Amino acid sequence: MLAYVIRRVAQSVLVLFVVGLVAFSMFRFVGDPVDNMLGQERTQADIERLRETLGLDQPFPVQYWRFLEQAAQGNFGLSYRQGRPVAEILMERLPATLELAFVSGLLALVGGIALGIFTAIRRRGLAANAIMTLSLVGVSLPTFLIGILLIYLFSVELGWLPSFGRGEVTGLGGWWTTGFLTQSGLKALILPAITLGLYQMTLIMRLVRTEMLEVLRTDYIRFARARGLRDRAINFHHALKNTLVPVITITGLQLGSIIAFAIITETVFQWPGVGLLFINAIQFVDIPVMAAYLMLISVMFVGINLIVDLLYFAIDPRLRVDRTAGRGT
Amino acid sequence: MTEAGSATPPAPRPPGRLRRAWHSDFLWSFRRAPVAMVSFLVVAVLVLAALLAPLVAPHDPFDPATLNLMNGFTPPGEPNAFTGESFWLGTDDQGRDVFSTILYGMRISLFVGFSAVLLAMVLGVLLGLLAGYLGGWTETIIMRVADVQLTFPAILVAMLIFGIAKGITPPEYRDQMAIWVLILAIGLSDWVQFARVVRGATLVEKNKEYVQAARLVGRSPFAIMTRHILPNVLNPVLVIATISLALAIIAEATLSFLGVGAPPTKPSLGTLIRIGQEFMFSGEWWILFFPALTLLALALSINLLGDWLRDALNPRLR
Repeated sequence: MLAYVIRRVAQSVLVLFVVGLVAFSMFRFVGDPVDNMLGQERTQADIERLRETLGLDQPFPVQYWRFLEQAAQGNFGLSYRQGRPVAEILMERLPATLELAFVSGLLALVGGIALGIFTAIRRRGLAANAIMTLSLVGVSLPTFLIGILLIYLFSVELGWLPSFGRGEVTGLGGWWTTGFLTQSGLKALILPAITLGLYQMTLIMRLVRTEMLEVLRTDYIRFARARGLRDRAINFHHALKNTLVPVITITGLQLGSIIAFAIITETVFQWPGVGLLFINAIQFVDIPVMAAYLMLISVMFVGINLIVDLLYFAIDPRLRVDRTAGRGT
Repeated sequence: MTEAGSATPPAPRPPGRLRRAWHSDFLWSFRRAPVAMVSFLVVAVLVLAALLAPLVAPHDPFDPATLNLMNGFTPPGEPNAFTGESFWLGTDDQGRDVFSTILYGMRISLFVGFSAVLLAMVLGVLLGLLAGYLGGWTETIIMRVADVQLTFPAILVAMLIFGIAKGITPPEYRDQMAIWVLILAIGLSDWVQFARVVRGATLVEKNKEYVQAARLVGRSPFAIMTRHILPNVLNPVLVIATISLALAIIAEATLSFLGVGAPPTKPSLGTLIRIGQEFMFSGEWWILFFPALTLLALALSINLLGDWLRDALNPRLR
């Protein structure tokens, strides 16, 4: 157990180290930051001065060391485009993304498990079949089209919900801003959360359904029925409990992709989160922001994967040998 | 649809007896799957229309001489209020025929999709063969890299590669290079699936007798890999390639929609949807609707075709 944990942690650190190298190479080799920061009107002296302030005149290993040092402290320098510290910009944007991801994740989990149980128990029902067919279409629809469709329906045609932005936000404890406390904030959250959560919801639903059907076929369920237990007790106490282990893992792994796919949703809805920041950074080749986003999201991904792996190991001893099945897109 | 059937190039292989039998089996299961036939028909029509865009399209949307700004925002099927011209699927803000822009846009979408999958396939199959056959350090390095890349969603990797490539290319070439950068970005983000499957299959195949025989005869490792093992691991590769094609087309559309893909001067379906989205609020729905519908039809039919292919090529399911 301990050896496994150590090996797994070492692996995670290695991944982060590789990502850090990629991030640093981006700084070192992509574009000329001086070119990006200074406008058309510039003198040689301006260029030299900026080069010195940014430390670009130092040799490669020195720059690399300084990068690692600074990155470990969460300092990624100034954004080429906004001229402000990247960490500050990221911190400002992070609450929006985390709130969106949290609500979408919750939606996907609750909706997915509920629909999964429903479609498994009423396998031959009309409603269950309709839900399964709909979910197939949902999987084939690209995320951004779902967003556009929702905007068209609920903002353009019906005019019920806002099509962009985060609504009115309230500051909490200095740096966190929340949209949960105002009506417009909550309203603005609905469409993006559905857009982002829908794909994961279909995924979880199908998983729960398959697992439920497997479990419902086992002997101990049959015995429970023979003992005369009510359907409710069997379905929820006996069957559901054994379905949830893989669901927890997949959900954990999906949390990472929710944060990544937030990029698309945030662009469709002009949601002021880190994803939109990243897309803008790519468009303007704002390397510090790109690198910082990459590091941030890697730490999240690697951390989530690590926790999920260790949890898996702890929860289900049967699956200690092979756990490649949980990997999907 | 005899036209579409003859247009898809038949595989120029020597008609060995085995292969012929396989083909007839294959066709038999195809004839029994109406969903697959309809999907194939849709894909064939769309690919053909895209290939023959200069002949089929009523207008050349990228020739400024044929454009008339007065034709802007013509609704589909109705004559324009000023010029009296009428367009099948309407026109966009600059008076470009939406039907024609879709045909030309699909060309770019399909070109990027096919090329990206080809790149991913060649790279993945090669690395998978090497990892599976050679083992040892080669395998460790290749599969570790694959694992690390798999930690991140493909679309994120593609965005990152696009961003880096954009930074390297000088600004004046960026629009021209965008298409190639897209192919590179999507291709490199997608090789892992191929490598994993091919490695797995190679591990099984390399201990079989025919490989041992080939080794005894003294064939080089390269020849054994490409001539003996490769043909036997090709079925799953074909299935993954089909599904990857749908994913690549969607990935391209997503990137272009986000503004980090095909430029407005060379719009793909994603770029057209991005442009069309701006006019959704003012009621010009057709500029958005038809490109989106085309993308959906394309992706869905390729996906369904891939689903059927997976079942048809799986001998256990027969």
